[in-house]
Amino acid sequence: MRLFFHQLRAEQKLFWRSRELAFFTFLLPILFYMLLGSAYGDDQINGVDGYQYLLAGMIGYGAASTTFAGLALLLVIRRESGALKRLRVTPLPPATYVAAVLASIIFIFLAEAAILIAIGRFAYDVPMPDSLVSLIVVILLGAASFAALGIGLTALIKSAEGSSAVVNALYLPLSFISGAFFSAETFPEVLQKLALLLPLSHLIRLTRDVMVYDDRVWDHLGDAAVVAIWGLIGLVGAIRGFRWEPRER
Amino acid sequence: MNAVEVHGLRKSYGDFEAVRRIDFELRAGEVFGLLGPNGAGKTTTVEILVGYRHRDAGEVRVLGADPEQADRRWRGRIGVVPQSGELFPNLTVREHLDLFAGYYDDPRPPAEVLELIGLEEKARAKTRTLSGGQRRRLDLGVALVGDPELLFLDEPTTGFDPSARRAAWETIRSLRSLGKTILLTTHYIEEAHQLADRVAVLTRGEIVASGTPAELIGQAPSTVIRYRRNGEQVVLETEDPVRVLHDLTDKALRDGADLGELEVHRPTLEEVYLSLTEEPRE
Repeated sequence: MRLFFHQLRAEQKLFWRSRELAFFTFLLPILFYMLLGSAYGDDQINGVDGYQYLLAGMIGYGAASTTFAGLALLLVIRRESGALKRLRVTPLPPATYVAAVLASIIFIFLAEAAILIAIGRFAYDVPMPDSLVSLIVVILLGAASFAALGIGLTALIKSAEGSSAVVNALYLPLSFISGAFFSAETFPEVLQKLALLLPLSHLIRLTRDVMVYDDRVWDHLGDAAVVAIWGLIGLVGAIRGFRWEPRER
Repeated sequence: MNAVEVHGLRKSYGDFEAVRRIDFELRAGEVFGLLGPNGAGKTTTVEILVGYRHRDAGEVRVLGADPEQADRRWRGRIGVVPQSGELFPNLTVREHLDLFAGYYDDPRPPAEVLELIGLEEKARAKTRTLSGGQRRRLDLGVALVGDPELLFLDEPTTGFDPSARRAAWETIRSLRSLGKTILLTTHYIEEAHQLADRVAVLTRGEIVASGTPAELIGQAPSTVIRYRRNGEQVVLETEDPVRVLHDLTDKALRDGADLGELEVHRPTLEEVYLSLTEEPRE
């Protein structure tokens, strides 16, 4: 346990010190919320107040950008620089290391979600959901699934140079077609169908159902299941494909 | 008990045999040099010994344990300076030492390590601002902070300028005098000669010679005697230089002949090394 907290503290320091990563994965969803909110927050989207509608999308986008993209980039950069390999020859147990990295990135996403919700609540008068428990469950489910996918993704990335291109090419279109930035209902049907196969649209819908319509998470087990299944796919990929040593040499 | 024992160690990557049945041992408290050109299998050997890489065959005992089955306590007793690999560019020197110290149950105080590696003045500098030599010293610091009994230094001075290399040698000598056992890999003959109590020459995955540096030179084929007679260069190779030289000079004196440019040449470690590691000509 001492080692876990020692590493967790170090992970926090490392995340906040790498400015670019912190900006793109942590701050950008918050900036987008304010930017898009200023554009159409006062409009009605699908019969819902714009700020309220956007908030759920931004939480989903935050999960993709922080726990998926951010985690994948951070791990690939450390793998390719040889830092992961170096840790392997110390007495720090690999499981403790991975647990601390995961806890750190999930904590960062929780902070981001809390900031988004606070901005919605205090700046834009977005009402709080009935069931805070459901909201927390949804956010944790999203965080865990996307973190597993983020680790799994590192198996597909061959170099540090190419990592941000690969990661951006995945999570930005994913966020777009999943309706993170605006309603996806006017999108071509192909894109809508594709989005339904992927986890983010379900996570955003789940968040929206809980936050806007005051549903409970167990009213939408189908959506929760899709998110969880993708998490399991990520987990299998992570277990089979995660590497401690640089791919390129 | 020896600190390291290796018998019949083998490792292949696909069709490429990186290490072919090597044997050697490290006695406690010695500096052992694994000398060889790039690609000889030095790094593979070190990575197997530190428990990082799986071996195909052979017996390996490091501090009494099989590195593949080693536990946390065992990891706390070794220190590794890998050949390549960076630390965290956004952490300072001191933060690195504190971070790694936290992994060990009984670390050496980071302030002491800082002094040992001579980076006191850079303690608050971010790693990305350090020079190559300073980074390499931090690599060593990170390996020393667990206060290991056995140190693996994989090409610790590659890329150093001569004065930085001499400073690193002093540090390694001081580690030896602290009682550490050290396995040093290098492709610099001079480095092995300066630092190692015993040397094994590794080339194409095989140990082709081993012993103290003096013994290695002693294994060399012969002493060379050169001179000129009537303007013509004469070269003699002999296992018995004293007798040959005596006869030669004795005869020259009796004949009143001149042995122009007389030269007796003992092979250097470098020549021994080059003759051992020479690529076969086809």
